[in-house]
Amino acid sequence: MSKKIDGITKESTQEMIDNALEIYPDKAKKKRVPHLAPNEGEGACVKSNRKTIPGVMSARGCAYAGAKGVVWGPIRDMVHVSHGPVGCGYYSWGTRRNLMSGINGVNQFAMQFTSDFQEKDIVYGGDKKLKTLLQEAKDLFPLAKGISVLSECPVGLIGDDINSVAKASAKELDIPIIPCNCEGFRGVSQSLGHHISNDTIRDYIIETREFPEPIGPYDIALIGEYNIGGDAWSTKPLLEECGFNVKSVWTGDGEMDKIAATHQVKLNVIHCYRSMNYMCKVMEEKYGIPWIELNFFGPTKIRNSLRKLAELFDDNIKEKVEAVIAKYDPLMQAVIDEYKPRLDGKKVMLYVGGLRPRHTVNAYEDLGMAVVGSGYEFAHGDDYERTSPEMPEATVIYDDITEYEFEQFADTLKPDLIGSGIKEKYLFQKMGIPFRQMHSWDYSGPYHGYLGFPTFARDVDMAINSPTWNLVKSPF
Amino acid sequence: MRQIAIYGKGGIGKSTTTQNTVAGLAYLGKKVMIVGCDPKADSTRLILHAKAQSTVMDLVRERGTVEDLELEDVLKVGYGDTKCVESGGPEPGVGCAGRGVITAINFLEENGAYTDDLDFVFYDVLGDVVCGGFAMPIREGKAEEIYIVCSGEMMAMYAANNIAKGILKYASSGKVRLGGLICNARKTDKEFELVSALAAKLSTQMIHFVPRDNQVQRAEMRRMTVIEYSPEHPQAQEYRTLAEKIQNNKMLVVPTPLEMEELEDLLMEYGIMEAEDETIVGKAENAA
Repeated sequence: MSKKIDGITKESTQEMIDNALEIYPDKAKKKRVPHLAPNEGEGACVKSNRKTIPGVMSARGCAYAGAKGVVWGPIRDMVHVSHGPVGCGYYSWGTRRNLMSGINGVNQFAMQFTSDFQEKDIVYGGDKKLKTLLQEAKDLFPLAKGISVLSECPVGLIGDDINSVAKASAKELDIPIIPCNCEGFRGVSQSLGHHISNDTIRDYIIETREFPEPIGPYDIALIGEYNIGGDAWSTKPLLEECGFNVKSVWTGDGEMDKIAATHQVKLNVIHCYRSMNYMCKVMEEKYGIPWIELNFFGPTKIRNSLRKLAELFDDNIKEKVEAVIAKYDPLMQAVIDEYKPRLDGKKVMLYVGGLRPRHTVNAYEDLGMAVVGSGYEFAHGDDYERTSPEMPEATVIYDDITEYEFEQFADTLKPDLIGSGIKEKYLFQKMGIPFRQMHSWDYSGPYHGYLGFPTFARDVDMAINSPTWNLVKSPF
Repeated sequence: MRQIAIYGKGGIGKSTTTQNTVAGLAYLGKKVMIVGCDPKADSTRLILHAKAQSTVMDLVRERGTVEDLELEDVLKVGYGDTKCVESGGPEPGVGCAGRGVITAINFLEENGAYTDDLDFVFYDVLGDVVCGGFAMPIREGKAEEIYIVCSGEMMAMYAANNIAKGILKYASSGKVRLGGLICNARKTDKEFELVSALAAKLSTQMIHFVPRDNQVQRAEMRRMTVIEYSPEHPQAQEYRTLAEKIQNNKMLVVPTPLEMEELEDLLMEYGIMEAEDETIVGKAENAA
């Protein structure tokens, strides 16, 4: 491990953690201790994927959120039904900023469908209502390629059999209908929702379609790319410029038929390992498709990733990749030259989900900044294994961090920027710390690929160096 | 107003016993309301002479929401001015019948069904307490008095003991108390003694032993209680006696449910159950 931060040692980080936990009751402290640790450079240094302790604020979502918001929701040409009372559907409507092309209501359905459960649906069951809804969806939107039925909590509690309704309606309406038993109370976070959704893709979607054109040697799929703020519209063209045919994107701006034919590709490139490693492994085992995890944040990681990818292919690809790197490197250097003088030495803390707590680290470093703390809402051990080598020595790693712990760490580390979610945003802004909402790219983006980096650099500069911060007095 | 909930094993005769008892109270000039808490909605047919009526949940389903209902749509008046309401609910196997009970009782409360002129409210609750919804009648502020209908059959006594466990849970946090066991006789061996013994173990009483009589079935054929069908018949007198006993009952206790072993010992004592031979457990009839 080479990266070091002045003033941060294993001892100083441990002391900060101990101080933060001081106030907890013994039972809570005992549970939280294994989730916070100084980075050891290798292996997973924290425990993860455990139930959130009561009495704290957690940024976590639920299994339904993982299914609706992350995996299924971005598929643009399907109707996604939030099955249950209206609230879950309403609050998961477009909040993730997974952008879509097409015309809403015609060949793209970025609208909210819900069965809007009432008392009578709880008491008498919602199966009949679901059947009616599916018929209506098909009648109103004949170009929809399929329908996903995403269960909210009550559906599981009353034991509605959405699987048999989906089966019967799929036959009757001649359209794929995918029942997803992703009730929110299942599991400890949104992570289980990703897994359940991957399993339903495996059981209901994959291998049900074929690509119309013959398969070529450079046919790949982009997995775990959700087109947040248009990310896929940066990475897909980049890979195409390198000579690849990106046959399908999972699931950002995704199309059902292409996802269903992905078993034919030669390689899967995965961005968000946490939410889609399951299907990569299924496709590897079942169809022999290898997969590679790549990072397209910041010019250094893009360069490394493209070369790593080219290694798996012939000289044709290698040449194109080198040409692409040669083309963009000067452009990226110009971005760095512009922003680095204003950002050099600035410190960042991250607390997000999926891939960002590790994938974006180097993008900040490209701008001369340092990430002094990072953690995930819903990661597992293998995510933390991948995080250790990316983070500077002995910096704090936190799993399912509480609002209180986060505040204490920020108070000690005094970062110049915090990248996290909407629940954290106003807390830190009130503390006088610049903030970017890094789940949704804060109404900006894309941040992915060469196209995204200038936007990323501009936004980070704008947040940190805004004159606003000179007008508010930080309490510390 | 005394609110009384009737529990007991499925098929034991809760609805028949409840309605005949209520008819007995009405005969004594009491104002009573029956709230049927069973999706089958058969808790009031002997009082109303009607097989099925519009239940709260059926109307909710028909009209959309519970706010669309008026009390008079679901509150019917039958024999002896007895008010009758059925919660209704789904067919077996779908939805959540327990939620239906909660919705229905909340509706009755919010719409003023519990008028001051009522002397008694009876809740006739489905079989065992399978979930929170069916415990609704004994939650805070509702029925504080419970009677368990049972017989000398083994499973009926198991169920009675289990219900006592449920009552204990609510009794420790609230005012709900067990008023006694009502033995709806099946003519099993030593039935009177056995049910009396169980009652004693539960720290309660067998409030009445209702003998088996086909007059009950004859009355039911006409969708009537015995009291209305044949007021002079001895069986009618039994129900009037039960009604009087409930009216005068002061013995309201926190039950002391038995451990499974204690209950089995009791059953063995009365020869209902044989001692278990551990050596034959799990062996098929023809096994060597």
